[in-house]
Amino acid sequence: MIYLDANATEPLRPEARAAAIAAMDCLGNPSSVHGEGRAARRLLEAARTTLAKRFGPGEVVFTSGGTEANALAIHGLSSGRRMLVGATEHLAVLAAAPGAQPIPVDGQGRAALDALEALLRDGPALVCLMAANNETGVLHPITEAAALCRAAGARLHVDAVQAAGRGPVPGGWDSLAVSGHKFGGAKGAGALVLRPGIEIGALIAGGGQERGRRGGTEALPAIVAMAAAVTCAPAALTALRDQMEQRLRDLAPELVIVGEGAPRLGNTSCLALPGVAAETQVIALDLAGVRVSAGAACSSGKVARSHVLVAMGLGELAGSAIRVSLPWNATAADIEGFVDAWAAMRARLSRRGP
Amino acid sequence: MPEKKRPIYLDNHATTPVDPRVLAAMRPWWEENFANPGSVEHAMGRAAEAAVEQARAELAELIGAEAREMVLTSGATEANNLAIKGAARFSVSQDGSRKRIVTLATEHKCVLESVRDLAAEGFEPVILGVGADGLVDLDALRAAVDERTLLVSVMAVNNEIGVIQDLAAIGAMAKAAGALFHTDAAQAAGRVPIDVEEIQADLVSLSGHKMYGPKGIGALYVRRRPRVRLAPLFSGGGQERGLRSGTLPTPLVVGLGEAARIAGGEGMLDAGRIAGQRQRFLDALGARIPGLVVNAATAPRVAGNLSLTFPGGVSAQAVMEAAPGVCVSTGSACSSAAIEPSYVLRAMGLDETRARASLRLGFGRFTSPQDVDRAAVMLAEAWSRVREG
Repeated sequence: MIYLDANATEPLRPEARAAAIAAMDCLGNPSSVHGEGRAARRLLEAARTTLAKRFGPGEVVFTSGGTEANALAIHGLSSGRRMLVGATEHLAVLAAAPGAQPIPVDGQGRAALDALEALLRDGPALVCLMAANNETGVLHPITEAAALCRAAGARLHVDAVQAAGRGPVPGGWDSLAVSGHKFGGAKGAGALVLRPGIEIGALIAGGGQERGRRGGTEALPAIVAMAAAVTCAPAALTALRDQMEQRLRDLAPELVIVGEGAPRLGNTSCLALPGVAAETQVIALDLAGVRVSAGAACSSGKVARSHVLVAMGLGELAGSAIRVSLPWNATAADIEGFVDAWAAMRARLSRRGP
Repeated sequence: MPEKKRPIYLDNHATTPVDPRVLAAMRPWWEENFANPGSVEHAMGRAAEAAVEQARAELAELIGAEAREMVLTSGATEANNLAIKGAARFSVSQDGSRKRIVTLATEHKCVLESVRDLAAEGFEPVILGVGADGLVDLDALRAAVDERTLLVSVMAVNNEIGVIQDLAAIGAMAKAAGALFHTDAAQAAGRVPIDVEEIQADLVSLSGHKMYGPKGIGALYVRRRPRVRLAPLFSGGGQERGLRSGTLPTPLVVGLGEAARIAGGEGMLDAGRIAGQRQRFLDALGARIPGLVVNAATAPRVAGNLSLTFPGGVSAQAVMEAAPGVCVSTGSACSSAAIEPSYVLRAMGLDETRARASLRLGFGRFTSPQDVDRAAVMLAEAWSRVREG
């Protein structure tokens, strides 16, 4: 079995697994004042410090994951502001900002900075731009966008769910969303990092946890796993990914690598094979023991065409693109196996095409 | 070197230790299959999805529901927020005319805060008091619940004083008025029998870590017949039928399912044994502290709970600090760091001095007779030291 669907979720790193299982033995509620509670609190606060060091300076609010972190940011920061949202954002962001004005992207999937600059002229705004796209791995020009936002007095929320823990995360934001299970931590924990001085109200009201910004007993095992994973050195996957793309290009001149001309996450490849439906490719590869996806995992199984690829102007090709994303433990043998399976799949399916 | 002795844990309302069987059920989903259960395009994802669905069925069975009526959340706090705000905001989207939300002064903070948030959105909160026994006066409730009422939210088992409300009567009242009935059953599930048909509940909140499962997972039961509609708290990938987006944490979900399965099979057996431990503790402590008061003593209460008021004008906080070998609390964990005396005890009519002299104990599945014997001695000695100054 070859797992190349890291952008849906990554395998747990051993350090994260050990931390999660150890924390299962910590029986206190971090809000309890007795000894067991204080022990749980120490674990929680150590995790908070680790995340703040890695992504800050900023204040860390623990959430159940990236979706909630994005929703909390928009809930907390959008009051009285127009919403400007990148056209290729994750559905968690798009859904939290109904009526937002889209920030267009170019053919490589990068936010158009001149368009953003123009949109910012119309008064106070909250801008949402993801650090790296989940389907193509394309990196947005966050540093430049942050400068434009600062000059215009706008706030900037960055969804760093795919970028965090995999390489450098740009600064200049007011809030940053991360998700543990996308970088080898456990599912069930994420965080919203707030620039010092930014105050937000809660989306989930409750017992006053997280300084009133997020009620509910913290998911300690998943949180400590996230902190353990974030201290691991990011895997160097770019060379492996580039070799894979080169071999596929050599095999299939008709192959289109989406976002190839833009800076991308080193682990992600969005591969369009003209004339073959993405679903068909994914199923064929699955039968060959290779796990990839046709887009975001949350919308897997739905027939809707990727809004990301449509926004990039791919047209018909949008229905023929699969996402290959390397987890931290991907090996050269995985890539060999994938290229072989892909070549066999192409040989069989492309013959049926027009 | 001898291992340092762990304190005796008698705070099972704040959180419970994870049952070793629960951890065993979870481990494969950390150690073997880590897939996203939303990745149904590939075999690993489908296996994770199947595990999630099995857990959902186990959980549903615990409260007599159908699997597809269970919406998985990060915990009971989120479930309570989703139930209350979700029902209210959906009603607004349908131009509903019912604006009243009836709840109790002794509800968990997250219920009271959710209701308060809705007051700012044009709803009319009615917050009823309770008697000295901690129970709602059913006549007062009947008077408050009418055709203007959208939702009645009454917790099944109180998290501080352990009293069990008469949910069947309350549910019947809500239904007679055409209102929705929500119950926060975080402290009840697995400890007292809950059947959604019997109590006529529309919405029931559950928590994993209150029933020997993991922290970070819970659920909301949402009735399908007749269908109860909610607005989500947040959206995204559309998981959980659009009611709760976000990648499902497979290991935590599996842990919740296993915890529910164990509770369904053993919860009532546990309750008998735990009630015995509680009595043993109370007898031992009462013999050493004349004048010790059990709060809400006349009401039906969950097996593991004791809310005690010390005589002699001592502060329960000081007693706790003088007995570091026992983990107990002065009230709900979320507010345990706060200086305020318990609002639950105040609502029952305890004055501030008595409320400050009160301690919450929660006995559980893993409490041994030795634990309760030692804890009674340690707490009694601590009380003596504090009283003597």
